Amino acid sequence: MSMAAITVPTVTHTPGHVEDLTEKVSVRNLDFYYGDNRALKNINVSLYQGKVTAFIGPSGCGKSTLLRVLNRMYDLYPNQNATGHVTLDNEDILSSSQDLNLLRAKVGMVFQKPTPFPMTIFENIAFGIRLYERLPKSELEDRVKHALHRAALWEEVKDKLGANGLSLSGGQQQRLCIARTVAVRPDVILFDEPCSALDPISTAKIEELIDELKDDYTIAIVTHNMQQAARVSDFTAFMYLGELVEFGETTRIFTNPNDRRTQDYITGRFG
Amino acid sequence: MATTFQSPLYASRRRRNRISMALAFAATAFGLSWLVLILAVLLWEGFSGLSLSVFTEMTPPPGSAGGLLNPIAGSLVMTTIAVLIGTPLGILAGTYMAEYGRYDGLTTVVRFINDILLSAPSIVVGLFVYEVMVAQMGHFSGWAGAVSLAVIVVPVVVRTTEDMLILVPDTLREAAASIGLPRSMMITKVAYRAARAGMVTGVLLAVARISGETAPLLFTALNNQFWSLNLNAPVASLPVVIFQFALSPYHDWQKLAWTGALIITLAVLALSIIARLLAAQRRSS
Repeated sequence: MSMAAITVPTVTHTPGHVEDLTEKVSVRNLDFYYGDNRALKNINVSLYQGKVTAFIGPSGCGKSTLLRVLNRMYDLYPNQNATGHVTLDNEDILSSSQDLNLLRAKVGMVFQKPTPFPMTIFENIAFGIRLYERLPKSELEDRVKHALHRAALWEEVKDKLGANGLSLSGGQQQRLCIARTVAVRPDVILFDEPCSALDPISTAKIEELIDELKDDYTIAIVTHNMQQAARVSDFTAFMYLGELVEFGETTRIFTNPNDRRTQDYITGRFG
Repeated sequence: MATTFQSPLYASRRRRNRISMALAFAATAFGLSWLVLILAVLLWEGFSGLSLSVFTEMTPPPGSAGGLLNPIAGSLVMTTIAVLIGTPLGILAGTYMAEYGRYDGLTTVVRFINDILLSAPSIVVGLFVYEVMVAQMGHFSGWAGAVSLAVIVVPVVVRTTEDMLILVPDTLREAAASIGLPRSMMITKVAYRAARAGMVTGVLLAVARISGETAPLLFTALNNQFWSLNLNAPVASLPVVIFQFALSPYHDWQKLAWTGALIITLAVLALSIIARLLAAQRRSS
């Protein structure tokens, strides 16, 4: 641990693997404000194609805020502003000319609390597909089935596609939301503490799912659970008080962090 | 040593609890007994007059037999038109306040004015429509009656629509946005769906509210002794007929007034029950 790393937040990319990685989302010098309150301070981080990046840190450190910048979810609310540069496939998503609906179709999101729409299981999935494509009935059914398969939910719901999405259990609802997100065919999927409302078995299923999904999607996950971050992610970013303290390969962050604060957090000394 | 249950503090709290319980029961019984009395008298006086002829014959001149067909029909038509005018306006305004303009200063102003309108005496509404419609057209009319009822419908629907949409959690809106749903579809396909039962309840409550309104109709639709659904002319309505017949010295008119009052009450009761059932359905889903 160098002295510099203790005082200055370092963004460490692992040299050995850099050449294999494609930068899907790039965040440079990002500041975020809730009114006058600066919630994110000069964030620099990357999401790599086909990799899972976990964001960890104590409550209020800005992890969820950062996630909500990546699909401009904050735009739904007044007095929330982001400055800096965030690109998706080298395209500036913070620009005012960015089509938000298109951006959100490319950058899907799964929330802390399962949020099925108040409609049938089938409609929950088909709804998003119909937004972008006009498909014949049989093809639409195939797409719904495929999405439910991807979310490992098909076997449990195949006989009750007409039932209300809200009639499912919490874990099933969350997988339904993942299926809904997948059905729109995004490039990036953001998970905002997707397991914090679920029991351990449902949590294990979701984690398994994230592992399978990363072959096709770029994934970011915010989690309070360090074991979860260690289990599912390839890269980990540790955030503290609105700053990104350290970013690097998960194995290194958890075994040999550069920053004192990272070390303290992962060893449970605060947070 | 005294246990907790023997301590004087606990004993006095118990005593106070008993007294407030007794007072609450007494107040409830007092309030309910009047309600029961009103309903009992209404049933007693009105039920005997209920017969098929009430629904098939016109309001009679004093001293002869008749029914309430023309005021029932007039009330139905004017109430329907009022709901058709008031509901879309109310839902659109409520939607603006809850969805598009939730953080606007304008919404605060509109909400304040709407609350005033909500509790405005209906006779004021009647006078207003009298000035802008009846006085301009030169005669009383069913249209003016329907419009004055619509003015009462709007604030009720605005209020319930806004309240019900605000109850829809933001997480659901974010979920809708997260698959790239534009705002208009987020509202119509997701938020309305989640708030549907409550919004329908609001419309039903508005119908219940206007079906007993007399004052606005006195100044606008006036009354009509004969069968007429011509909305450009005075139209009979149940509340106005009840008002007129109940104040008359003729026994058979008074009898019909009781029957009319019973019909309105039963109709409002039915609407309230439907509204309750819908609300229960909303909670369970």
